[in-house]
Order: sequence, then structure tokens, then C-alpha cells
Amino acid sequence: MAITMTQAAEQHITRHLAHRGHGIGIRLGVKTTGCSGLSYVLEFVDDQQPEDTVFDCGDAKLFVDPKSLAYLDGTELDFVKEGLNEGFQFNNPNVKEECGCGESFHI
Amino acid sequence: MVLLQISEPGQSPEPHQRRRAVGIDLGTTNSLVATVRSGTPETLPDNEDRHLLPSVVHYEADQNISIGYEALEWAGRDALNTLISVKRFMGRGTTDIKTLGDQLPYQFVSGESGMPSFRTSAGDISPVAASAEILRALVERAESALDGPLDGAVITVPAYFDEAQRQATKDAATLAGVKVLRLLSEPTAAAVAYGLDQGGEGVIAVYDLGGGTFDISLLRLSRGVFEVLATGGDSALGGDDFDRAIAQWCCEQAGLGSDLDPQQQRQLMSAARQAKEALAEQESVAMDVLGWQGSLDRHTLNTLVDPLIDKTLRACRRSLRDAELDSDEIDAVVMVGGSTRMLRVRERVEETFKREPLVNIDPDRVVAIGAALQADVLVGNKPGDEMLLLDVIPLSLGLETMGGLMEKIIHRNTTIPVAKAQDFTTFKDGQTAMAIHVLQGERELVSDCRSLARFELRGIPPMVAGAAKIRVKFQVDADGLLNVSAKELTSGVEAHVEVKPSYGLNDKEVTRMLRESYTHARDDMQLRALREQQVEADRLYEDLSAALAQDGKVLLNEKEYHCLEVALDDLRNVRESSNHREIARHIETVSKTSEDFAARRMDASIKKALAGHSLDEIDKGL
Repeated sequence: MAITMTQAAEQHITRHLAHRGHGIGIRLGVKTTGCSGLSYVLEFVDDQQPEDTVFDCGDAKLFVDPKSLAYLDGTELDFVKEGLNEGFQFNNPNVKEECGCGESFHI
Repeated sequence: MVLLQISEPGQSPEPHQRRRAVGIDLGTTNSLVATVRSGTPETLPDNEDRHLLPSVVHYEADQNISIGYEALEWAGRDALNTLISVKRFMGRGTTDIKTLGDQLPYQFVSGESGMPSFRTSAGDISPVAASAEILRALVERAESALDGPLDGAVITVPAYFDEAQRQATKDAATLAGVKVLRLLSEPTAAAVAYGLDQGGEGVIAVYDLGGGTFDISLLRLSRGVFEVLATGGDSALGGDDFDRAIAQWCCEQAGLGSDLDPQQQRQLMSAARQAKEALAEQESVAMDVLGWQGSLDRHTLNTLVDPLIDKTLRACRRSLRDAELDSDEIDAVVMVGGSTRMLRVRERVEETFKREPLVNIDPDRVVAIGAALQADVLVGNKPGDEMLLLDVIPLSLGLETMGGLMEKIIHRNTTIPVAKAQDFTTFKDGQTAMAIHVLQGERELVSDCRSLARFELRGIPPMVAGAAKIRVKFQVDADGLLNVSAKELTSGVEAHVEVKPSYGLNDKEVTRMLRESYTHARDDMQLRALREQQVEADRLYEDLSAALAQDGKVLLNEKEYHCLEVALDDLRNVRESSNHREIARHIETVSKTSEDFAARRMDASIKKALAGHSLDEIDKGL
């Protein structure tokens, strides 16, 4: 069971955490909504939950709850720029199909 | 493929529910758009990584429009069709434009509602339409950066912008197809960018030195509300003047005359600007321009620019006086505008306010960043309790009442949005219409206030004076825009007006109006008292004359009649005097003298009402 992230993702997470001024890392998760059933969660973390698995990726810590981990195993978090748009992207090997926009998915 | 942003704990949006909001700094020289991504506010660059968009629009005869850097290239070749600094014309009337300077290359034509338009080869273009083009370019940039349509924008305006100028800005946004979440004053936005709104209470000075304008604003923050205490500045002083001072020095050093051609002048100015910017980093800089080689050090630079900085500091001290503050009562100083990068400016500002100014956010972007933070909250991307930022209205709003007096409905520095109603009544018997004159200002007399709008409430059912009940409601929305309605309560007839005044006030005028209201406070009070007594005297005169004409001969003997006539004449004469106590005394006398007459009229009318009815009928009636 492992989750990784690219250097670009790590850099941006560190920057956003520094700007925010508090927080211990980033939470990756999955919740059941959306047009294809599941959608991603990407949030700042102020308090670790006892059931969280923690991944150390360089300067940034990733927190994942056990239920989400089942869907996310093997995922690489990336930070990409597409023209003027920029943001984070989950490269998740478990995904079978996505809705057109990729905001929700199916396993 | 959608790209995700980091949310606050528990705030991850549902798919397709992401809200896109931006802050827009619609500037005189340059404009910017910013947004909050993953909790960090940043300005958005164009495809060539340029964050600033010059506020310039160029119109061609074939309707082809270019904006920003592209438009700027036309400025030299096609000045008439290249609109720059349109912000200076927003919400202004044709008469105001004349005072803005004759050196403008544009041809103005009177447009709708007295607002002037620019005559270009693509037709007549209003300042609002040109601003809309700039907004549209920024919105397009934001939509491509955020990958979807915007839910709304916060647009910044100078603190001294009045109703007309704010409305013009809002109209431009509507024309550009962007929803305005709120108009925010520029100094407030800068304070928000530094998180000063989170800090509780205090007085904040915002020192804004741009390329061509200087503004100083003093804000008081208390319980999440920013109140503008004073504004001041110079609309013709900025970084360009610093460059000019350096260029002048170069000319003297190089022994160059004043007969430089435009090309040479441009070279000289750009060399001056480069040297100025280099001296922010190093102690001295080598210059090589128009065949002259030399060096400029910080000390020389300081002596060149000090007189200009002194001018800004004088305006700062004036604003402090206006706000009745000492420099040591300032809790924070925020620097805005590219020219505040100069170390000398920072030093001198620190000396004046006895406080190190805040400089760590890029001074060109700080206003847009504050607006983006506010937009993010308003669109609901942040937990609700974080910030509810309010603005206040800069001048009182009210209406004209009898005697040419200004009745204030909403007082200056009231937080917005706000709605207030007041009941008025008719002055004459059988009055069926009422003129409502909406005013802005602090003075007591209508002639000393600014007229915003006029409208009429018609169809009031004829009643005796004072019986109709007319409720006038003033509503100011979160953007500072005014809506006035009047309703007669017994009949329900209604009329209203949205205030879109045809001309504007500048910061100097607002300051002037405020100052005058202080210096004339005593006179105004006297005048108000006088007008009030005059109105009362007129009312009494009308009522009593009418009553005398109707029943005087029947109910009074000759002596009594004569006595009242004399008293009325006296009243009429005294009314013209300027002594309100004297008028009040006469009103008292006339009222007393006519008491008996009034009682007899009452008796007579009761007798008349009862005549021909039996006691029985009256009992039943009770």
C-alpha cells in the first residue's frame, strides 16, 4: 500500500502550507458522490486522525484514511499546468472510468 | 481533465460544484485579476506570463478591438482611437471632463444621461463600454485559468468614488457579463490582503503611489467594519514624475538642451526608470544614454526625489488632520503601487507615520489579492464565520424638505447594506403629488448639498394637509448603490428611483464637502432653525387666512377680526427677518390670539354636525 507524489506536487503543497501558516500536511481521500460514483478529496490537515495512514514525501506529509486507501493504493499525486490553468491531479491506477470532466470516477 | 485545488478541512466541494471567484483591480494605468487557489491568493498571468494588463483599449473602424499591451502599441500612432486612463472619466459628466484637463487628445460627445463618450473611428464609445472591454479581457483570462465560467467577481474602486462612479463600474461589469459580488474600496482591499481585517481593531494608513496618481486613505477597523476616516492625494503625481526628475538631472549633467525629439525623450525616460529601479538593489548605477556616460548614486537620487515625496507626505499629514489623528495613533501602514518599491519612499513614510510600512506583498498586486480573498469568502469557498467585510457610505443621503432643508435619512459612515424609512406628509390641503429630491452631503441647506435624483409621487388622494402618510425608503446595497422609493400608505400609490447620477465628485470634493460641513456647522444650525420657523409661519399663515376667509366674518366681531388680521400681517413681515427666535415668538402670539377663534369654529362645526339629529341617533352612533 503506497501513495506517492511528484516533486512539483510536493513543492506546491509546501508553498500552500507555508502561506496558510498552520497545518501538518494534506489529506487525500475519496468520497461517494458525483455523476460516476466517487470523487476525490484534497484538504489541508490540522489534526491527524488515529486511523490515518501517513506517507512522508519529502517535506510534505500525506494523510489517508483506511477506507480511501483501498481506492487510492498506487496513486501518484501530481501538480500540472495546462495553459493558464493549474492544479493537482490524481494518477490513480485503480480507475476504470471517469466522467467527462474527470471530477468523479468509477472503480 | 479537471485539476484539483486543496480545500480547508471538511470543505472539499462536490464534483462540478467548485465555485470560481476572482478579484479585479480595475486600475487607471494597469489592471489585474487574482484568485485563490489551494488557499493561496495569486494574480493570474496571461499566456506570456505578464500579470499586469495595461488599462488601454484601441478601436479600429472595422470594429476590431485590441486591449492591453497590444492596444498600448497604438497609443503613439493613433492616439484618438486609443483610450487610456478611462477610469478618470467613469461616472463623470461632460462639465467635469472639461476640468480634467484640456491636454487630452480625445473628442468628447455628450452621451446618454449626460455622460460623455469618446468619438472614435468605431463610433462613440462611453467610458463604461471601454472599461467593459478591459474587464472582459481579464474575465477571459480568469476563465481559462480556472477552467470554467466565473461565479462572480469583487471589483475594487477608489475610496472616494461616489454613487455615480460606483454605478458606472458596476454597469461596465454587467456589460462584460460578469456578476459583481461586491465593489470594494482599494485601500480596504489592500488591508485585507495583509490580513489586517483579522486583527480586530485599529487605524490603518494606506499609502498608494502609482505611476501617475497618489492616494492616501486612513481607515478605522472595528468589529470587522472598515470605515474611511479620510482620503487625500494628488491625481497628477506618481512614479512618472520621479523618472522625469532623474531625466532632467541627466540632461543637466550631459549638457543637453530641452530640444530633444520625442524618440530621444523616450530613451531618456526609460534610462531614468531603469536607473531608479536598479538603485532599489544597489548603491550606485552606471548610466549610458544619448551619448552621455555617468553614474547616479542613491544620495543624488534621494535629493532629486525628496521634493516629490515631500508633496505626498504633506497630503498624508493633511489627511491625519482631517481625521483628527496623530501620526502615532496609526497601527499599520500599507504600501500600494509600484513606486513604493523605492527605498527612499519607504524610509520617508516610516519617518512620517513612525511605523515600518508593510511591503512584503507585491505593491502592484496587493489590491487585486485582497479583492480575491474577499471574493473567495463571498462565493462561499471559505467557512462562513471567517470574514464578513463591510463598507460604509462616505456622505450622508437624504431628501429635500420644505424650506430647502436637507433631511438626512442615512447618515455618513453607516455600514452598508442598509435600508431606512421615514414618514412624511403633505403640506397643503388637497395636495396630490409630492416631489422627492434625493441629496447627498453633510450640510443643512439643499443648495450646499449634491443633487442625486428627483422624482415625483403622483396620485395621492386629496386630503387635508398632514393627513397623507408617505413612507420614503432609502436602500443602499452592498456596493453602495442607492434605491429610493416613496409610497402613500392609505392608497398604496408608489414611485421609486434608482440613483444613477449623471456626474460625479472627486476625492477633493468629498473632502471639501465634509470640511465645509464642519466649518459651517454653526451657521448651518442657525439656518436650519430659521427655515424651520419660516415653514411653520407659512403654514400658520395659510391655515389662519383660509379660516378667516371662511368663518371670520360670522364668528368674530369687527375688533377681533381686525386684531387677527394685524397679527397675521406682523407674522408675514417677521417671517422675512433672519431671526428665528423672533419668528417663533410671533408664531406663539398668533396661535394664542387665534385660540378663541379656533374654539368657536370647533363649536360651530359640532353644532352643524349635530343639527337635525335626535339625541337617540347620536347615542346609537356612539
